[in-house]
Amino acid sequence: MADEHKEIDAVTGTATTGHDWDGIRELNTPLPRWWLWTFYITIVWAIGYWVVYPAWPLITGSTEGITAWHARSAVVDDLAELKVQRGPLMDKLAEASLPEIAGSPQLLDFARAQGRVAFADNCAPCHGAGGGGAKGYANLNDDDWLWGGKIGDIEQTIRFGVRSAHDKTRAGNMPPFTGVLKANEVSAVADFARSLSGLPAEKGVDLDLGKKLFAENCAACHGDAGKGNRELGAPNLTDKIWLYASDKATIEQGILQGRGAVMPVWEGRLSEPVIKALAVYVYTFGGGEK
Amino acid sequence: MANALAAQKKMTIGEGGLALTFAAMALLCIVIAAKAYTPEYAFHAYLFTAASVASVFAIVNRYYNRPAEPAPLTIDGKPNYNMGPVKFGTVIAMFWGIAGFLVGLIIALQLAFPALNFDLQWISFGRLRPLHTSAVIFAFGGNVLIATSFYVVQRTSRARLAGDLSPWFVVLGYNFFILIAGTGYLLGITQSKEYAEPEWYADLWLTVVWVTYLLVFLATLWRRVEPHIYVANWFYLAFIITIAMLHLGNNATVPVSIFSPKSYIVWSGVQDAMVQWWYGHNAVGFFLTAGFLAIMYYFIPKRAERPVYSYRLSIIHFWALIFLYIWAGPHHLHYTALPDWAQTLGMTFSIILWMPSWGGMINGIMTLSGAWDKLRTDPVLRMMVVSVAFYGMSTFEGPMMSVKVVNSLSHYTDWTIGHVHSGALGWVAYISFGAIYCLVPWLWNRKLYSLKLVNWHFWISTIGIVLYITSMWVSGILQGLMWRAYTSLGFLEYSFVETVEAMHPFYVIRALGGFLFLCGALVMVWNLWKTVNSAEAEETAGLALAPAE
Repeated sequence: MADEHKEIDAVTGTATTGHDWDGIRELNTPLPRWWLWTFYITIVWAIGYWVVYPAWPLITGSTEGITAWHARSAVVDDLAELKVQRGPLMDKLAEASLPEIAGSPQLLDFARAQGRVAFADNCAPCHGAGGGGAKGYANLNDDDWLWGGKIGDIEQTIRFGVRSAHDKTRAGNMPPFTGVLKANEVSAVADFARSLSGLPAEKGVDLDLGKKLFAENCAACHGDAGKGNRELGAPNLTDKIWLYASDKATIEQGILQGRGAVMPVWEGRLSEPVIKALAVYVYTFGGGEK
Repeated sequence: MANALAAQKKMTIGEGGLALTFAAMALLCIVIAAKAYTPEYAFHAYLFTAASVASVFAIVNRYYNRPAEPAPLTIDGKPNYNMGPVKFGTVIAMFWGIAGFLVGLIIALQLAFPALNFDLQWISFGRLRPLHTSAVIFAFGGNVLIATSFYVVQRTSRARLAGDLSPWFVVLGYNFFILIAGTGYLLGITQSKEYAEPEWYADLWLTVVWVTYLLVFLATLWRRVEPHIYVANWFYLAFIITIAMLHLGNNATVPVSIFSPKSYIVWSGVQDAMVQWWYGHNAVGFFLTAGFLAIMYYFIPKRAERPVYSYRLSIIHFWALIFLYIWAGPHHLHYTALPDWAQTLGMTFSIILWMPSWGGMINGIMTLSGAWDKLRTDPVLRMMVVSVAFYGMSTFEGPMMSVKVVNSLSHYTDWTIGHVHSGALGWVAYISFGAIYCLVPWLWNRKLYSLKLVNWHFWISTIGIVLYITSMWVSGILQGLMWRAYTSLGFLEYSFVETVEAMHPFYVIRALGGFLFLCGALVMVWNLWKTVNSAEAEETAGLALAPAE
């Protein structure tokens, strides 16, 4: 350091280092005490932390620290704690049959609490946060059930999915009628289907032809009176509730292209009590059948 | 370079060699373009071809227009500073800054109103987000760093920038890298490493540019007339060297083919995550901290016309910062598959880092001792001092968030975004704005058009930053608390989608904050434009070219 060039800064009374770069000088102020001591304290704290927790790598493994704390065992502990918090009800939920759950107010509340969370994270993306559904995704609040609205039916649908790869899946397809029916025939059947729930037909459409074609092509699944068939997931066409939409274009699209909405298999992805809880939760939306 | 003694004009080895290299590169890139696996990659190869051809023309053209003798190192005993690349870097930094802030605003609005991506893949959040981060960090911040480092190293060394073509190669090559990176993101070319998204060929190009940058900087220091190296230059050098090391480590990849943009990282699993955050955190440490501390160490004492507060503190905090920062990366991987010991080290070194970081803040703020009144009269200085205050706040918040119990709440939430932006908007951008407000009048020999507009810029942006940070704090903490809330029966209180819904008002406020920040920057551009295009020369004319006393 160029001691001979040192000067005293008039404002602070501190000596400079004597250096000068492009007009910039430096004061030789000592390190602030509080700064230095805080620095030391953080170092001491860190050393203390290393003593307590796993810290320094060794050839195989690392120093364990006096607590031998590990993130993995901490997770196991947390989960065990949660199990205690949930109490014996979780075990009961796993063992109880669905009617038993429905019959016990305490268990029902518990199942609904579990079901609410599981529904929001797994089902809401398609069926909506309140189970209100969307075009092509069933509304779970109403009385119309494609595959059955008894609690056991609901559980089965959740467990094995709809048109999934599982052996026990809900199955049954609405085939496409492109090439089978002519344009005027599709129009007639569509209007006939609409007429089942009291919707008006387009002018000039032959409803009798529609009725005849419906009997030949559709009644096998939807029933002679259009009341549907839950074994095949064929919707009831008379209840004014539409999975897609009631307008004629949508119905014609369904006839021409077929329909085959899917729902994934939840067995294996969700635990047994959670599947049961979901069935109970959906059942209690309001449309559940006895 | 060579031939200084020859009376006749001769092409230097540098000029000839570089022109030939670029000609060869043009040919190579034509072949790659023709055989490229994807049209996007072919487009990039054509860009490389066009840039190479343009470089050949530029070099030859420059050769015909230049005098026979190379530019003298000194004129009348005064250093003949080379400010062309500095001017270019300053202008393009402002351009990228505005672009980066604008894209940031767009993605902030997309988060509040997702329909604003218009279902177009090129402007989806996933592509615009890296465009935003790279534009503000590497394009804006990087150009500010290169420009100021070339300015500061010359002035504080009293030496002309080393090299003839190489400083231009650095600034132009760096910006070409930005162009390749940015267009790549929009076209879907990415290696999916945060803050290191560009693919192998862009990385390779950047390596060449960066090594040249290091050499130019070192050679200029080597030429210095001053006996000692100024502290700002230590920080610049630490930044340049460490970024080179990080870039090479984190981008070690095996390309599928020279005709394909795709490559595979050599690291895998948790090792890859560790290398990524070793890179990611030290990009913060050495790019966004060390580099901008260098700016602070020159521009604050210069503007305040006061000596640096403590030389001793600068030494201690510099070495402590350099030594400690490199350990802190694992705090980005708390509660993951990373071994516990690595998490412990990352956290504890982050805590120890607190005071070394604050050393810079103390030196920045206390340098104003005896000149506090200037905070009232000089909005440029105020901007820089506020930036140092934001730096202090962020470097306290950072160690705090690295503590595992805090991290278990803050991690993966918007709190992190708020933290990053208090550093990015408050510290990095403000110190850059302050430096550019100083640099432009010095470089163009003009008086700054309006201090009043600087004042407007300061307040509009500051309100924007405050809105941004506070909304993200509230949103982040709310989000973290909602995620961990349990009912009395032991079930999660909220579903994920409910926590997303709860963020909406804060995302709107954040976008408003970003909008104000952008407005402030536009005021700045207008002010600088009027400064450069004003006829009025600064009274202390020749400041930029005058030698150091």
